[in-house]
Amino acid sequence: MNAVEVRDLNVTLGGSHVLQGVTFDVPAGGVTALLGRNGVGKTTTLRALLGIVERRGEVRLLGTDTTGLATHRVVRLGVGYVPEDRDVFSDLSVEENLRLAEQRSDPLYDEVFALFPELKERARQRAGTLSGGQQQMVAIARVLLNGWPLLLVDEPSKGLAPLLVSELADVLERVAERSTILLVEQNLALVKRLASRVIVLDHGEVVHTGSSAELADESLARRFLGVTSGA
Amino acid sequence: MSIFLALTFSGVALGAVYFLAASGLSLIYGLMDILNFAHGLFMTLGAYAAWDVATHLPASWGAPTLFGVALVASILGGALAAGLTEVLIIRHLYARPVSQILVTIGLDLAVVGLLLGGFGSNSLSVPVPLWMMEASKVGSVNLPNADFVALSAGVVVLVALEWFLARTRFGITIRAGVENRTMVSALGVNVGRAFTLVFVIGGAMAGLAGLLYSVVFSGDLVSPTQGDSLLIFAFIVVVIGGLSSIRGSAIAALLVGLVQDYTNFYLGTHPGFAEIGNLSVVLLLAVVLEWRPRGLLGRAL
Repeated sequence: MNAVEVRDLNVTLGGSHVLQGVTFDVPAGGVTALLGRNGVGKTTTLRALLGIVERRGEVRLLGTDTTGLATHRVVRLGVGYVPEDRDVFSDLSVEENLRLAEQRSDPLYDEVFALFPELKERARQRAGTLSGGQQQMVAIARVLLNGWPLLLVDEPSKGLAPLLVSELADVLERVAERSTILLVEQNLALVKRLASRVIVLDHGEVVHTGSSAELADESLARRFLGVTSGA
Repeated sequence: MSIFLALTFSGVALGAVYFLAASGLSLIYGLMDILNFAHGLFMTLGAYAAWDVATHLPASWGAPTLFGVALVASILGGALAAGLTEVLIIRHLYARPVSQILVTIGLDLAVVGLLLGGFGSNSLSVPVPLWMMEASKVGSVNLPNADFVALSAGVVVLVALEWFLARTRFGITIRAGVENRTMVSALGVNVGRAFTLVFVIGGAMAGLAGLLYSVVFSGDLVSPTQGDSLLIFAFIVVVIGGLSSIRGSAIAALLVGLVQDYTNFYLGTHPGFAEIGNLSVVLLLAVVLEWRPRGLLGRAL
């Protein structure tokens, strides 16, 4: 069974045709990475899946056709979203950020605080005063609270120190044991560690799908991602 | 000195009414980016709802009871008007700011016209208890009891609103939505419900402001255009206080009430200076914006 099925997805933003008939599947379980150079439409794809941007085409998430569904209804199907810039609510405390994300009667605080004990200690602190790494913890904790079966995670390593990226990878690895993760990420080392499958976007279209092991192929990495596979 | 103290108290009471009028406007703009020109209408309809209920109930209930019922009616009247406006009109105009402004102005003009047609241009009298027309001696100063009512309402609403925004899930949703409403939706929260709730809360406070302005500062009289007059000051308070800041609105409302009261009393009696109180408020706005373009406690525009 597929957790995500996308057919002929089109998005136009400010007169620019950003996604041009994107079609792909994400199998249930594990991590699938959505790759591509900057500006090819990776973030727009995630936002289109959630209905944040206007779109055309067919999207099925967790077996449900989400065409025409409002964003909050898509999320309530069991879809968690960790945005590129974390988007924590800076004027709210850590506790309030988490409380806002609660969508089940028994939110999984024990699990979240086991993964991120620091958040418990900083519960009363304003999220805007946290470091980038701590804000990323809040952004991930918000979706883990609900135990969602599908997570859309956008560049979680962006701006984080190498040690934090390694800790982040540990967390995502544990989360992927239970949830399907569609991961947008520029850090190829992280992708190779976490993802079993990759989908490559270029100029608003899917140009390659396959195993993450193929990223070892220099020509593929250079051609579609503009980096060497050792990056 | 006693005159100055009495003036100060009166200015604070006027500020309390301005706060009631402005805080809903501020919240609505902060969460929804809507400049709601129909907010004055909610004040007017709240006052008319109070008048209608108070004059149609048996006089045997007694003035204090009738006034209490009128207070509740003003809150419900304003809330109902605002809720209907959001559900029937504003909801269909999200992301269309020019349409929102034109439609809310049009709605205000149309309903004020209907009120003028239905009730005439003469002001209508709201029955108030006798003690509200009297004064209480505090130290050596006589302070109008009606001012105590306005001030108490302002303080109760400020405390209740702060509690609501800080402690309830809806309050947290509203504060988060002011920052980034797309992300609130992306957490699975129905922001549309928060929009409606903010309109209803804002309308309730506007309705109360409309009644209190009538009974405290307009000689117990309700008129079709009173909300529009009050709306101008509400907008000034919102801008001075900072868009979407309730505490900013409270501070700004006090400043505006005091400045207006002082200048009216000390300068307004001079020939040609009858409108100096209103002018002073506009000058205050200019000074604050020159000093702090975001307002006293506002977010970036």
